[in-house]
Amino acid sequence: MCLSIPAKIISVEGNTAKASVGGAIVNTSLHLVDDIKPGDYVLIHTGFALQKISEEEALETIRLIEEMQSEEPLA
Amino acid sequence: MKYIDEFRNRDLVNTLVDAITRKSRKKVRIMEVCGGHTLSIRKYGIQRILPETIELLSGPGCPVCVTNRTAIDKAIALSHLPGVIITTYGDLIRVPGSLSSLNQERAMGADIRIVYSTLDALEIARKNQSNHIVFLGIGFETTTPSSAVAIKEAARLQIENFSILSMHKLMPPAMMALIEQGVQIDGYIGPGHVTSVAGADMYLPLAERFDVSVVISGFEPVDLLQSIYMLVNMAEENRHGVEVQYKRAVTATGNAKAKQIVNEVFEPCDDEWRGLGLIRNSGLAIRSEYQQYDTSKQFSVDVESAPEPAGCLCGEVLRGVKKPVDCKLFRKVCTPANPVGSCMVSGEGACQAYYNYF
Repeated sequence: MCLSIPAKIISVEGNTAKASVGGAIVNTSLHLVDDIKPGDYVLIHTGFALQKISEEEALETIRLIEEMQSEEPLA
Repeated sequence: MKYIDEFRNRDLVNTLVDAITRKSRKKVRIMEVCGGHTLSIRKYGIQRILPETIELLSGPGCPVCVTNRTAIDKAIALSHLPGVIITTYGDLIRVPGSLSSLNQERAMGADIRIVYSTLDALEIARKNQSNHIVFLGIGFETTTPSSAVAIKEAARLQIENFSILSMHKLMPPAMMALIEQGVQIDGYIGPGHVTSVAGADMYLPLAERFDVSVVISGFEPVDLLQSIYMLVNMAEENRHGVEVQYKRAVTATGNAKAKQIVNEVFEPCDDEWRGLGLIRNSGLAIRSEYQQYDTSKQFSVDVESAPEPAGCLCGEVLRGVKKPVDCKLFRKVCTPANPVGSCMVSGEGACQAYYNYF
């Protein structure tokens, strides 16, 4: 129910945007977010953009796990 | 960066499973609150790749599952009123009420329509001026903002034939109630999208009061395993607190704009949860300023309080004290095609997730 999917904003017109979900273009409402521009990734839930996704934080999450790979292997 | 494939990476999964296996010594019971997490955990077989010290429990975070029979009966009664069109998200229509479901009522001629968005329901209202459109508002912090926007838009556009039956609920009171009811939980995998809106700080009172850990998680296998690693780490170090794994979408304070819109339209109220009973301040009611858009103020439908179906363990499953496989009805009488309890209805219900990924 709380399923939200990452989508890339293609174009913005007033309170709505066209966004790409894995290539499929969907209309999404921008009522709940500010400062959205083409190229941003957002989480979409029931047709509403809920939150901008941070690329910096996503890369940091992956980097933290990759760092663990250099630790001692399981004995 | 597509934000999906990167978090299904096999090497990262193996690294995390190794790290968890190395770290975990104590027995811990970890509850995933959110139905989306339940689905991912079953789909990717996550319990099976964890050491035996870690037990995963499913919790009450599937809105369709915690909506009780009385609420369904009320929606059905509304669908019988002349001129009323019911609009709803898809899953709800299959939940059995005492005698029928919205799906069965639709087959018998009631005007019940599935919408993707609250704004679609508003559009139906605009196009059907001689009808009254009721939207069945279910969902947690993630979903409530879309209902609040619909009400504010209805007011702005002076749409008068639209209202919402609010069954919206709040997650933290239920997470507290479970522990108060005696369910033993060492750590919660916190709901990612609920918290994306509401902010991780909302769990601080829970963590402080009950010495429990909460790690807010994303929904891919790498996300869930990293969250489990973080919870195991906290347990091994005898720490409690709130941490965020899903940092790409979750902040301490969440989406301020969405929270403000919700706060303008809704106020907390006591609410009934299937399996958990009445929980103080766990629901959201429409504020009196917007009562024109509150179905419960516009129509009076009396339905009797309905007991849960005989033999169904949904209540225990939602509290994490029983697993779907413990239920005598599971896979025999109760299946996704013919669900007895609500946890078999939704793809994110624990029973259907166990059924599909048995």
